[in-house]
Amino acid sequence: MGETRKIALTVNGKRYAEEVEVRMHLGDFLRQQLGLTGTHLGCEHGVCGACTVLVDGVSARSCLMLAVQADGRELLTVEGIAPNEEELHPLQEAFRDNHGLQCGFCTPGMLTTLIEFLGDNPDPTEREVREAISGNLCRCTGYQGIVAAALDAAQRLKALKQA
Amino acid sequence: MADGGIGAAITRKEDRRFLAGRGTYTDDINRPGQVYAAIVRSPHAHARVKSVDVSQALAFPGAVAAFTGADMAADGVGGLPCGWGITQIDGSPMAEPPHPVLQAERVRHVGDPIAVVLAETRNGARDAAEKVAVEYEVLDPVIDTARADADGAPRVHDEARNNICFDWQIGDAGPVDAAFAKADKVATLNLINTRMATCAMEPRAAVAEYESGTGHYTLYTSSQNPHVIRLLLGAFVLNIPEHKLRVVSPDVGGGFGSKIFHYAEEAIVTWAAAKVGRPVKWTAERAESFVSDAQGRDHVSKAELAMDGDGRFLALRVSTHANLGAYLSSFAPLVPTYLYATLLAGQYATPAIHATVRAVFTNTVPVDALRGAGRPEATYLIERLVDEAASVAGLDPAEIRRRNLVPPDAFPYQTPVALAYDSGNYAETLDAALKDGDYAGFETRRADAKARGKLRGIGLAAYIEACGAAPSAIAGQLGARAGLYESAEVRFHPTGTVTVFTGSQSQGQGHETTFAQLITERLGVPVENVEVIHGDTDRIPFGMGTYGSRSLAVGGSAIARATDKIVAKGKKIAAHILEASEDDIEFSAGTFSVAGTDRTLSIGEVAGAAYVPHNYPLDELEPGLDESAFYDPANFTFPAGCQLCEVEIDPETGTVEVVDFTAIDDFGRIVNPMIVDGQVHGGIAHGIGQALFENCVYDGASGQLLTGSLNDYCMPRADNLPSFRTDTRETLCPHNPLGVKGCGEAGTIGGAAAVMNAVADALKPLGIGHIDMPASPYHVWQAIHQSRNKTA
Repeated sequence: MGETRKIALTVNGKRYAEEVEVRMHLGDFLRQQLGLTGTHLGCEHGVCGACTVLVDGVSARSCLMLAVQADGRELLTVEGIAPNEEELHPLQEAFRDNHGLQCGFCTPGMLTTLIEFLGDNPDPTEREVREAISGNLCRCTGYQGIVAAALDAAQRLKALKQA
Repeated sequence: MADGGIGAAITRKEDRRFLAGRGTYTDDINRPGQVYAAIVRSPHAHARVKSVDVSQALAFPGAVAAFTGADMAADGVGGLPCGWGITQIDGSPMAEPPHPVLQAERVRHVGDPIAVVLAETRNGARDAAEKVAVEYEVLDPVIDTARADADGAPRVHDEARNNICFDWQIGDAGPVDAAFAKADKVATLNLINTRMATCAMEPRAAVAEYESGTGHYTLYTSSQNPHVIRLLLGAFVLNIPEHKLRVVSPDVGGGFGSKIFHYAEEAIVTWAAAKVGRPVKWTAERAESFVSDAQGRDHVSKAELAMDGDGRFLALRVSTHANLGAYLSSFAPLVPTYLYATLLAGQYATPAIHATVRAVFTNTVPVDALRGAGRPEATYLIERLVDEAASVAGLDPAEIRRRNLVPPDAFPYQTPVALAYDSGNYAETLDAALKDGDYAGFETRRADAKARGKLRGIGLAAYIEACGAAPSAIAGQLGARAGLYESAEVRFHPTGTVTVFTGSQSQGQGHETTFAQLITERLGVPVENVEVIHGDTDRIPFGMGTYGSRSLAVGGSAIARATDKIVAKGKKIAAHILEASEDDIEFSAGTFSVAGTDRTLSIGEVAGAAYVPHNYPLDELEPGLDESAFYDPANFTFPAGCQLCEVEIDPETGTVEVVDFTAIDDFGRIVNPMIVDGQVHGGIAHGIGQALFENCVYDGASGQLLTGSLNDYCMPRADNLPSFRTDTRETLCPHNPLGVKGCGEAGTIGGAAAVMNAVADALKPLGIGHIDMPASPYHVWQAIHQSRNKTA
């Protein structure tokens, strides 16, 4: 084990105080040290977007960020998106209803990316959605189901806000 | 009848766990006390290994062990086997050089594994692996597909003269030569089918453990066919009896062919786990995926089509060089032969076809099946050639196709290249594509684009594929070293719920849902009361896995057969309880009834009686309600359809944009239309990817893979693609119990051809002929400027 440092952070509302190797990237830290294996590593060079998490509400590739950089931050990973064990978030429901996933490997990064995007753009066009997820690779779906899910989720979230 | 049977677009059962981040992929699995493996790989495309010294690696803090090819050889570890043999034109067997797990003497491609280092942490293993000292004598590599067989080319294997693995042919040259001699017109095309990297989003991973008390091994591996891995690994590489080896493939993050094959890393971790007495885990980095996952395609072909004066096809002649890479991957010889040349008839009633294939070794990553596997290569060749033929004959591309299609009353249709098409209506899918894609209105859109400074083109691809592999007897005659049936077990529990065990292995195709729908349809059990289990050799009777769009046609048919046995036994039980003759028992929608009466029993009640046999015909029947079936198909299935693509090219930048895409597919009966749509969408994106973006580029001098990361290898992104217009037509497969054909590869099989036909159509007004894939801005811009310079 190389040089380590102590960090404290919040992940999905839960506080963690951990000693981490300074060289360890955030994705490995989440998966190996916290056991949060929902975040997937697809390329570890910042291209595929599968490992995207939200850091203080802003999307970040957990493979391009060191764990020590997350010290003091508040993280959201795929495990923290649903409100509870039984229910799904409206975006997750829209993914299910629009066949926005097949193998599920890119899905965590798609969801986190779109949570941030839909927060900033509550009523996007198809083109805007396609650009928003253009940093996330999917080999299974051809993206059409994902785009439909994002547009559907925008409507669901709007309806919830109005209710 | 419970809801959710055949034809219902129900949402997927597996989605909840994937959406919540609670799937279990191989790298999510950790075993107590595990060590991490890092593989030392060759940085050279071709070199002699003079020495391998692991002492510095072993001295590295946290290092546990290091092994070389010599260590494996000393343990009697075998080479990676090839599952398909080809008989050459002269009757001799193909060249089949050995494929050691770790190379001790010579490396033959960048990424060829040489040693493995085990350490307490993943990063520690990687650090220690860098300390392994390998001394190489670098040799000249051979890379180029078409020139690998040239005299004087560097030799990849001593066993393969001129790097030729095999020379093979199909069809009859005599009638083809005669037809060309009397042809009115001939269309000729030289074309390259580019090499693709599969790029499943989940990198391969493997975790192995050994229990010394029982001598049991367990291998978790990201695979499309765990039983096949068990067979190859156990029987051929490590000599572990199958009852002592369990292979588990949990959730698999995409496969597309690359996870069919048995890879060195699976053997390394399994063998090493016993050597060190601790579980061993390996997960590929993406850069490793690029140099260790089998790649796809890589053909160089010449194709000629002879026509009469009306543009009717008289004969097709094809010669292809196929690059197999440095070693024979598990099913490599099958792909450029029986999955490729047997499809060269396409949808057309061409009376005479002759094809020769020369398969060559090169100092590149092994090539094997990749989504479509041979059939995209065939479709690309035929459909580009048919467009060229339309040009030569002065006919519209749709019209020349219509004149030559196999007519709907001709089935079963025997092609000149071995296959007997069982069903189809090609004119119907062609017409539907033309209508839905507004073929008639295209010239208006072309003119509109021209006014905007864009070149617009339209392209057709009428594809056919042979899926549902395979009739084992036929496969055996053609060189398969295994059968290609599928197994299923349908197990009722005492309370009436059902577990289905299938040898098919999902990598995202939604089997847990589709197969549950079969149970709902045939046994009346609600979808939520059915669990589908796959990917575990200890739980499932047997399996040949998922590839070649075979899961529903073969795996689903096995499930259907097992449900028939459940119903047959259920009738006997119901007859006893209802005190009626078995002949009078009817079964429908989950209920057994006595014909002409209101006396009924639900299938759940029958299951209860089978497991609590207080009132049961124990003298005639065994208790329990649990039936297995193996299904071996009578023929391949033949999904077919038509795709219509429109592109716009910016002549200033050479950028090609796919602006419209229509796909009309005949997959036979459809179980879940939502899932089928998703398969088509993903397939089309894969085809567009090859046409416009993707290409494995090797440096010709050094043999380095220049496109060895996702920065350099361009996969299609969401903003590169339009939304696709899809629809289906249905002719039922006549020989399987479900009438299904398969849908997983169709989009890819036609996709690249449709795009490239559209690109060629767009560039035609500039006098530009065929250009090869990928139609990247660079290639297209060059073609445009070369033509401008010519005319200037």
